[in-house]
Amino acid sequence: MTPDGALRPVPFRGGGFAPRRLRFAAPLAFLAVLALWQAATSLGWIGPLALPRPGEVVAALVDMAASGELWRHLAASLQRFAVGWALGAALGVAVGFAIGLSSLARSAALPLVSALFPIPKIALLPLFIIWFGIGEASKYATIAFGVFAPMAIAAFGGVDGVDRGLIRMAQSFGVPARDIVAKIVLPGAAPALLSGARISASIGIILLTAAEMIGAQHGVGALVLAAGNLMQTDRLIAGVLLLSALGLAIAALIGLAERRLLRWR
Amino acid sequence: MDLVVEGVCQRYGALDVLRDVDLRIASGEIVVVLGPSGCGKSTLLRILGGLERPASGRVLLAGAPPPGCLNPLTYVFQDFALAPWRSAAGNVALPLEHLPMSAAERAERVGEALMRVNLAEFADAWPRQLSGGMKQRAAIARALVVSPAILLMDEPLSALDAQTRELLLDDLLRLWRETRFTAVYVTHNLAEAVRLGHRVVVLSRRPGQVRDIVVIDTPLDERRDGHPALIEASARLWSLIRDEAAIADRELVDDA
Repeated sequence: MTPDGALRPVPFRGGGFAPRRLRFAAPLAFLAVLALWQAATSLGWIGPLALPRPGEVVAALVDMAASGELWRHLAASLQRFAVGWALGAALGVAVGFAIGLSSLARSAALPLVSALFPIPKIALLPLFIIWFGIGEASKYATIAFGVFAPMAIAAFGGVDGVDRGLIRMAQSFGVPARDIVAKIVLPGAAPALLSGARISASIGIILLTAAEMIGAQHGVGALVLAAGNLMQTDRLIAGVLLLSALGLAIAALIGLAERRLLRWR
Repeated sequence: MDLVVEGVCQRYGALDVLRDVDLRIASGEIVVVLGPSGCGKSTLLRILGGLERPASGRVLLAGAPPPGCLNPLTYVFQDFALAPWRSAAGNVALPLEHLPMSAAERAERVGEALMRVNLAEFADAWPRQLSGGMKQRAAIARALVVSPAILLMDEPLSALDAQTRELLLDDLLRLWRETRFTAVYVTHNLAEAVRLGHRVVVLSRRPGQVRDIVVIDTPLDERRDGHPALIEASARLWSLIRDEAAIADRELVDDA
């Protein structure tokens, strides 16, 4: 016990739980991984068959870029992703809005979507190949189908989350239902749609790679598989890096869309 | 234009919310609906403006809306109901966008409405940037922009702090002097009731019934805090709602 009247400071108990972004940390982390990789491969901790040196991967990338092979693979993958994702997202948003806005659609379509959601879509690729042939259409269908369900569920959740007070407000001013959907429901659901886009884009990349591994001449997935079959680990790692870059680029695009569309938040 | 309420009852399942409400709101008059929480005030207001269907009874409009009126029954909501993705001006423009009107005319109306609530310089601000008082003033501008015949105000000041409430009350009185609007003003606040109401309709606890109607003759312009007539009206209203407010305070809340 301190004697009465003795002054002591109130102990500080706040602070913390507020991580900030340190500018130098990210490049350092990349450099550290690269250095470790370089050390492990050049010091012989890891054999050249298991993992190529960073320099070899870069050389493989440069080679493929020079021969035009890289762009062929990338173009094929990008096109499949763009078409498949756009088809699936458009359909998913349409169905999600229907579920969010109509009792009939909610009762009929929501259980269907929920049942489709857990199917690993790549299991349907053989079926789609039978339906649409071994060409592009079966790959579009697989990606679109995989994108559809998470997009529909995100859209439905977004529509459900729109402030009913705003809808009543618009009704009280006699705003027609179509305008309410366009001006209240759509922007209100936009944050959910964009986070749905993020999730469905990563699902789309997984399906893209898998579909290209199963049956494609070109595409990053085909590149990775062919390199693996020939034990060309430099090209294999190069392909994996391309997939990472593709994913990051798509995430950056969605981030840009978020910053532009959700400025009001 | 007058608003006539005839025998309105409302039930939610087994719950009686409103019973036999009869009321006539005359043009240019502010009718305050006062009652303890959960007495069905907001339900009554939603029924008055056609946002909810009564179980029985009806709400009628008498006479034509004034010329130029774009939305005769216009609400001002307690939570402002501003779309967060629209600027102040965008929110005020919303009720005009589906009407046949040139962009120039719309912009002019929006500018004028914002001017009347002293928000002209904040036209481009997002709602999140506005203070509570400014948000409600934007919402009032949105109500004024359609030249309403009757304003239906659902506790418009309840979400604001005491000082802001006082300022907005003055704004409302000034607007009434300028336009002599007709209003049904729902509140549980005695001070607002005696400052704004030509008549104060006291609703009883659930099921809400008209318990009494207190007429306050003092012109709105002469109403100041501490005015003897207001103190008297206030005391009378308090004696009418006091016991029910006490009972309402001891109830479990489970209504909308």
